[in-house]
Amino acid sequence: MNDLTHLDKLEAEAIYIIREVAAECEKPVMLYSIGKDSSVLMHLALKAFYPEKPPFPFLHVDTTWKFREMIRFRDETAKKNGIQLLVYTNQDGVAKGINPFDHGAAYTDIMKTQALKQALVKYGFTAAFGGARRDEEKSRAKERIFSFRNRDNAWNPKNQRPEMWKLYNTRIEKGESIRVFPISNWTESDVWQYIKREKISIVPLYFADVRPVIERDGNLIMVDDDRLKLRPGEHVEYRRVRFRTLGCYPLTGAMESDAVTLDEIIRETGEARLSERSSRVIDHEAQGSMEKRKREGYF
Amino acid sequence: MKLRAVWKKERERDTSKMTESTDLQRPLLKFITCGSVDDGKSTLIGNILYNSKLLYKDQVEALKTESLNGSCDGELDYSLLLDGLLAEREQGITIDVAYRYFSTRKRSFIVADTPGHEEYTRNMAVGASYADLAIILIDASKGVLVQTRRHARICALMGIRHFVFAVNKMDLVGFNEDRFNTITEELAKLGNELSFQEYTAIPLSARAGDNVIVSSGRTPWYQGKALLEYLEDVDTSKDSSEKGFLMPIQRVCRPNQFFRGFQGQIESGSLQVGDELRVIPGGERARVKQICSGFNDISRAFSGMPVTVCLDREVDVSRGSVFAAGDDSDTVKAAREVLGTVLWTDDEQFSFSKDYLMKIGTAMISVRIKTLEYAVNVNTGEHVTAEVLSKNEIAVCRISFIDSVAVSEFRNHRALGEFILIDRVTNMTAACGVINAIDSAENHEYSSMEARRHMLRQKPGVFVFHSGKGAENRERQIKLAGDAERKLLGLGRLSYFCRNPDTKTFQNTVRALAESGIIVLAVADMPESILGWQEISPEQEESGIDAIVKFIVELTADENT
Repeated sequence: MNDLTHLDKLEAEAIYIIREVAAECEKPVMLYSIGKDSSVLMHLALKAFYPEKPPFPFLHVDTTWKFREMIRFRDETAKKNGIQLLVYTNQDGVAKGINPFDHGAAYTDIMKTQALKQALVKYGFTAAFGGARRDEEKSRAKERIFSFRNRDNAWNPKNQRPEMWKLYNTRIEKGESIRVFPISNWTESDVWQYIKREKISIVPLYFADVRPVIERDGNLIMVDDDRLKLRPGEHVEYRRVRFRTLGCYPLTGAMESDAVTLDEIIRETGEARLSERSSRVIDHEAQGSMEKRKREGYF
Repeated sequence: MKLRAVWKKERERDTSKMTESTDLQRPLLKFITCGSVDDGKSTLIGNILYNSKLLYKDQVEALKTESLNGSCDGELDYSLLLDGLLAEREQGITIDVAYRYFSTRKRSFIVADTPGHEEYTRNMAVGASYADLAIILIDASKGVLVQTRRHARICALMGIRHFVFAVNKMDLVGFNEDRFNTITEELAKLGNELSFQEYTAIPLSARAGDNVIVSSGRTPWYQGKALLEYLEDVDTSKDSSEKGFLMPIQRVCRPNQFFRGFQGQIESGSLQVGDELRVIPGGERARVKQICSGFNDISRAFSGMPVTVCLDREVDVSRGSVFAAGDDSDTVKAAREVLGTVLWTDDEQFSFSKDYLMKIGTAMISVRIKTLEYAVNVNTGEHVTAEVLSKNEIAVCRISFIDSVAVSEFRNHRALGEFILIDRVTNMTAACGVINAIDSAENHEYSSMEARRHMLRQKPGVFVFHSGKGAENRERQIKLAGDAERKLLGLGRLSYFCRNPDTKTFQNTVRALAESGIIVLAVADMPESILGWQEISPEQEESGIDAIVKFIVELTADENT
């Protein structure tokens, strides 16, 4: 039989998209968030161009609040794969002491959204790959694979270019840019199946282990360094937890779990009663908050 | 608010299904659903998701609670699962395709849920272009309607060959067999008209669940499968039974001086090390030395796979070239003109005076629409004469390319038979379309143009001196153009200063002159460009007549002489 499986087809689609961008766009970059979706995306890029290395750099927007294990993993991965990794931090935000505890939504805007915009402008990138998937959130379910941003990096959901077959129109004016989502059509379960099939390494935080956590506002927050100040009544406990998504440690809820292998994670994902982004504190702030931030340039 | 939460979290499956070892082998089916809410589209999809246990437990709880509030008999209202999308529409956020993902034990599915109204035809086409199969809902009490025909026509145009007509609300017509047969007869006619490769009609009730997941006892006269069973079993791989090997080149891979590989996706057929390939355009031949897929060398690759191919000798191949099988089958050709059917997708109307870019396969080429043969009424299929082409309209037109490019008729090879047109100025995707015929008669016209170019030892061109506003400026420009004409003739360049052109026929006159091989000079105040024209800029005017003539001579030099 010459029939490709479900995962083969998703992989072929993503590789086709990545090659199209490399061939047609002036200055592409691949955003690298160190999470599982980013790990899959990087793997696809390595596969797409082999035996050549990906003909574009990878960019990590570092808020300075990532888990320490993520940073270690990031540096090891870049070295192992021989890719060019750029790390950008909004130094202005650092100087002003912007942090997730005191600044809430402003923190996300300044250290993520603004930082990303600054980095794209600084290097003059015209196309940025991201690992977003349509099954994550309802405004993403409607976003095209090639999503256009105007000079202010804003998305206009009412005026999306029609996207026919796999004939992607990559043409833009000076100052405009494109966000490209090669794994748009993957589900969370596809991502895990693919990680297993391709033996892709991921940050160990995805696997259950005994870790120091506190309970805060209904979330289990890991105490990753001494910048996390305990509030009255809070105390550090050691629990067996893992993370379903990874971001800034003070904003990422852990889940209690015994899953230490990919098969166990896949089984647990299937049983899950809540969608994966429910562990991201940021999504709960207001209805439609994701779409609002995207219009402003969040990935 | 609760409902939106339901919508957001919906999808992903039953645990046991995810852990089966067969999971990696499960095939994928991409389908589109068409029909308005009145036809029961949301109810149908909601029913499938609910009854095949593809929802989270909390979604089911919310559904039960909301259904109790809304309906008098406590029946589950499945459409609530999709109404989050409706709320979105009411807020005016976007009227667009939404993609949804689910799997059963046998198959993974991607559903493109598309708007049904005529004004959103463009967005429906986006969904259809991604799908292998279309489910078109029909209300059993109403039969085949105008919108049924429109949906089927757009799906067929975009290349869908498998259709499922879900004849819904059978409970409202008492599960009457005669009623169902009347509808299938109408469908047979439609099927003939649009040449469906395969279609089936299923009598069902989305609300009551008859023939949705399992066969119903209330339609003993129906021997076919229930809808979900059908979707799990339908074989769309026949679609890929295209003849011969085909691979458009995406990029050339040169990691070092010893390796030169061509990267792309195999669109049809298979490839083995040792096979002979033909490059189109160009026609050079070479044998396959090495095939890489991912990080490994393989001996054989087939349709759908991304690969890197190395050849046994140096050939002229770049992005936009196509590898075809070495035998002389000619379903793929290098051509300069085609007859195609386009669906206009831009808010801006089509214009003869604009040039567009065509993306076909991996090639991007400057094109011109030469004629609008006729328009096709999207609802009835009727052919009507057309002067203009606006958003969501379909027309058959003749398109010529500035250079030869590898094309195929859509029915032979999808990958080289489908294209988009891009507006050069706004960069919008102006249209999408398919190739109906590759016109050899027109190739003849081009060869005669080549012959004229050779005889005259010049390339034709159109050079416009901008007349601006004032009469004085116009006089000055007329003198300049007249001087240029004389000097060019003196240099042996056949040129013609087109004086006093009638504004209505100006473009056609100038175009005909240029096609006959002449260098055309004109003074005009044109708001729109003429294809291939060159404007003499104010800076050039400043630099004097000799500089202008030099510029024209350089641009019209025939490099073959």
